[in-house]
Amino acid sequence: MKQNANRKLKRQRRSRILGGIYAALIYALFYIPVLVMIQFSFNDAKRNYSWEGFTTMWYGKLFSFRNHDLWESLVYSLVIAVVATVISVVIGVLGGIGLKKFEFHGKKFINLMLYVPIVVPEIVLAVSMLIIFMSLGIKLGMGTIVIGHCTFCIPYAVVTIKGRISGDNDTLQEASMDLGANRVQTFWRVTIPSIMPGILSAAFLSFTLSIDDVIMSNMLASARQSTLPVLILSVNRTGITPDINALTTIMVLIMVTGMLLLSFIQRRRAKKEAEEMAETEKRISAMRNG
Amino acid sequence: MSGSSTATRKRHSRLPMIAQAGPVSVWMILFVTIPMLFIIFISFMTRGTFGGVEYVPTLKSYETLADLVYFNVILKSLRVALVTTVVCLLLGYPFAYYIARKPADVASRLIMLLMIPFWTNSLMRLNAWMLLFQTNGPVNKALLALGLVQKPVTFVYTDGLVLLGLITNFLPFAVLPMYSSIEKLQTAMLEASADLGARPSVTFLRVTLPLTFPGIFSAIILTFIPALGTYTITDMLGGGKVLYIGNIIKNQFGTIRNWPLGAALSVLLLLVTALLIFLYSRFAKIEDMEVL
Repeated sequence: MKQNANRKLKRQRRSRILGGIYAALIYALFYIPVLVMIQFSFNDAKRNYSWEGFTTMWYGKLFSFRNHDLWESLVYSLVIAVVATVISVVIGVLGGIGLKKFEFHGKKFINLMLYVPIVVPEIVLAVSMLIIFMSLGIKLGMGTIVIGHCTFCIPYAVVTIKGRISGDNDTLQEASMDLGANRVQTFWRVTIPSIMPGILSAAFLSFTLSIDDVIMSNMLASARQSTLPVLILSVNRTGITPDINALTTIMVLIMVTGMLLLSFIQRRRAKKEAEEMAETEKRISAMRNG
Repeated sequence: MSGSSTATRKRHSRLPMIAQAGPVSVWMILFVTIPMLFIIFISFMTRGTFGGVEYVPTLKSYETLADLVYFNVILKSLRVALVTTVVCLLLGYPFAYYIARKPADVASRLIMLLMIPFWTNSLMRLNAWMLLFQTNGPVNKALLALGLVQKPVTFVYTDGLVLLGLITNFLPFAVLPMYSSIEKLQTAMLEASADLGARPSVTFLRVTLPLTFPGIFSAIILTFIPALGTYTITDMLGGGKVLYIGNIIKNQFGTIRNWPLGAALSVLLLLVTALLIFLYSRFAKIEDMEVL
């Protein structure tokens, strides 16, 4: 019996080690390209084909701001991402709450439509919007790209927000109204704070989807200006210059820092809430005993 | 008196509904429903002489799809998307299982670790594969040094490299839904199965696999469909030499200017998507589809 248990333990340990090795290999598949990308930001060559030696020159070149195309496309991408994020989060938060709370004609249809941008290939969505814009004579540019980005960000925002609205949300709102707050006050003081983590993740998701998007940005852009990913796609034919690697490296670092900050804030919030909860419970039990 | 007050109350109570559910509904109808209907409409129209569309109904675009050139591209795209999906499922399931069986805090950190690489510009990550697989790149050097090959292998601009790009790009989208369905799996179920004398392989096939099927099917949808429609991965790693459906669609709206043909190909992709979603709805509720 004991021998049997021992064997079982051994087998479990072996499978755990094998699992660990397997997971590490999969992670390697994801991290190798990132590390190579960073490595080539230090490449001492005009264009990235092969490794020619170490230099930090490209970071210096990047911050001499002489590469106008690169910086212009970055600013263009950032403005689009910020505007698309704001619109998507506002519509997504309202929509997430509204679609969860209310019953109305056509709600099923809207819910179905929300899945379309998530599952349909992006190229299909992009060209169908392109045809509409062209047929209506709408000029392509920042506006059309923002509309395109919002169209695939809003569904993700709605899904994220819906997931955060729990059953006790209604009770909280009723309590707030019973205590004399009106709808608007309740919305800002009760509903919004209770789904704040969802709002933050929706914003982060929208921003990352928008800033990395190629297909919408490519199809719905004017010929004059392009976002950073579209610039990369076109530069790829002649070879990518290491300053683009340098810029991408900096962007990754900013993103990772931002995400760590976000999760830090969320964790501190959760801790504070737990403490408040414990405090209330202590007070209640004190009242009961007293 | 009381009648009119109920009426105002009713009108009042509609306002928050319109304010909250209104914008998203209008947006989705304007920018999803109408464009989708319009592209289906355009696919039945005639190609304009100088690009654009003449509003004369025809089935010409669909007939063109049956041409050998296009038909082969469609078949090849379907095949490559299928291979990508199968590999992603086979690689992703054990990985998702490994993460899901960890304690919750470790698992959430492992998931985070999975997301981080994807904040790097996707095209630059694809370019990195290209750099690794150059004719005089590190992979070829390693193969030569190990004596596995006699002269450098050409990887760049081949279907193989495109496949690698597709798999590494879509694997996380396969892992995440499978992870959330495995995570929901009750250990009690597995224990019950084992207690009733089922061998681990039987438990896996008859309990674990069926219960996590919604996650697996979400993974199929989230890898197969985008893999079928991509053109950036083929552009970056195939150098314009490898053409899939996505490239052909894009070209119809760029240099070639055959909108109805591009529209017909898009409708084809829509049909494939609809078919998969329909199949999914037979097994699980659409609302339960894990998309994040």
